[in-house]
Amino acid sequence: MNLVKALFRRELRSYFATPVAYVFIVIFLILMGTFTFYLGGFFERGQADLRPFFDFHPWLYLFLLPAISMRLWAEERKTGTVEFLMTLPVTPWQAVLGKFLAAWAFAGIALALTFPIWITVNYLGSPDNGAILAGYVGSFLMAGGFLAIGSCLSAFTRNQVIAFVITVVVCFGFLLSGFPLVLNMFSGWAPQIVVDGIASLSFLTHFSNISRGVIELRDLVYFALVIGTFLYANTVVLGWKKAD
Amino acid sequence: MLNTRDLTKRYDGHTVVDSLTFSCEPGEVLGFLGPNGAGKSTTMKMVTGFISPSAGSAIVCGHDIQTDTLAAQRCIGYLAEGAPLYPEMTPKQFLDFVADVRGLKGERRHERLNEVIALLHLGPVLAQTIDTLSKGFKRRVGLAQAMLHDPDVLILDEPTDGLDPNQKHEIRELIRQMSKQKLIVISTHILEEVDAVCTRAIIIADGRLLVDDTPKNLVADGGGDLETVFRRVTTNDTAYTSLGTS
Repeated sequence: MNLVKALFRRELRSYFATPVAYVFIVIFLILMGTFTFYLGGFFERGQADLRPFFDFHPWLYLFLLPAISMRLWAEERKTGTVEFLMTLPVTPWQAVLGKFLAAWAFAGIALALTFPIWITVNYLGSPDNGAILAGYVGSFLMAGGFLAIGSCLSAFTRNQVIAFVITVVVCFGFLLSGFPLVLNMFSGWAPQIVVDGIASLSFLTHFSNISRGVIELRDLVYFALVIGTFLYANTVVLGWKKAD
Repeated sequence: MLNTRDLTKRYDGHTVVDSLTFSCEPGEVLGFLGPNGAGKSTTMKMVTGFISPSAGSAIVCGHDIQTDTLAAQRCIGYLAEGAPLYPEMTPKQFLDFVADVRGLKGERRHERLNEVIALLHLGPVLAQTIDTLSKGFKRRVGLAQAMLHDPDVLILDEPTDGLDPNQKHEIRELIRQMSKQKLIVISTHILEEVDAVCTRAIIIADGRLLVDDTPKNLVADGGGDLETVFRRVTTNDTAYTSLGTS
């Protein structure tokens, strides 16, 4: 555990050692605000809740989080530091976990910095703060899912641009897998159980369940499984691709 | 201490390292010689557990690198080719990180950090990001990282590559000083280095072990200088002409 902590600290610190962290956080907050107030009609709705705020999280994450995850392994491979890292007495699991947790914590920091919107809505009315908390929990879990996918895919390549693009596409698939766009590709020939299975993989369904204020075990298990599966895949990919 | 048996690495049917068997004891400085692309770095990557061999095995300090990877890695200090480092960190942060991962604590941590910083003259650049350091300093940070936990086995892939003559001399002095208690393997294609620091030399080309002897014997047998020997064993056989892999 101490090893994971050391790797986590190094990784998280590296975000703030470069302008990456600051640029990301500023852009993230500006976009969040813009979407919520202009596209989401935060004021016009006249309701004291954060639905217009949370509704845009999946779409913002789709483009912003792959920018965080793309460097996780692609950069290590490009600069050769992966050789240094993997010849330290560290297991692939510890390395993957330490890096992933750092990226997740960073996303958590950015998310936490949206707190003025929570203050705003509490100032303007009396919202259901339990539902808002649930929304934050759901959003954080979904960020974990995006980052686990991105971390795994970034281990495939030494090129960060490729890692970014592939991650966006795969995450887009995960977001939309409950929609006809994706389901129609399968419903013609696949058995119903497969179609239902694909539909239940959608980030969007699980996230909107939670962000409505209903934290159900199956949604939590879903995100835990997505994160666990992709991190496991990450260690496997790392095993065969690290030296290329 | 360090034994390899039939160590082999193949990529897509191409054999990069071919049944390499050698052993090495503490007190020895083993020079790994060969033309570029001979399989030196690949061998080191296998011995340190970065890549797994296609066949054969390597035992470091009694631990098999494939089945007991962490225990073997704990007794190895490794400087990879080109000394890869995290550019955004300062040497101080970087060494602290390595100390954390190596599990150095309290007084001993303090002692070891001070020692490697003093030995490699890193004092003046401790607070500067690695990105902005000269090649010589980067290489020294890489060496400091490898020596930090006072390992029994040091594996250094081209430790003096790209350094100026003074820096080369300094690193060689350092290797010589450490060689009494440690087992050191260095790879190089600079022949004078073998003469200067190694107690034993292994010449490989195209992944095969061609010569395993002391530099002195090599020169005597070759009836001239090391260069003649090197050129003779690495070029005279037509089987060894297809170099250029990595």
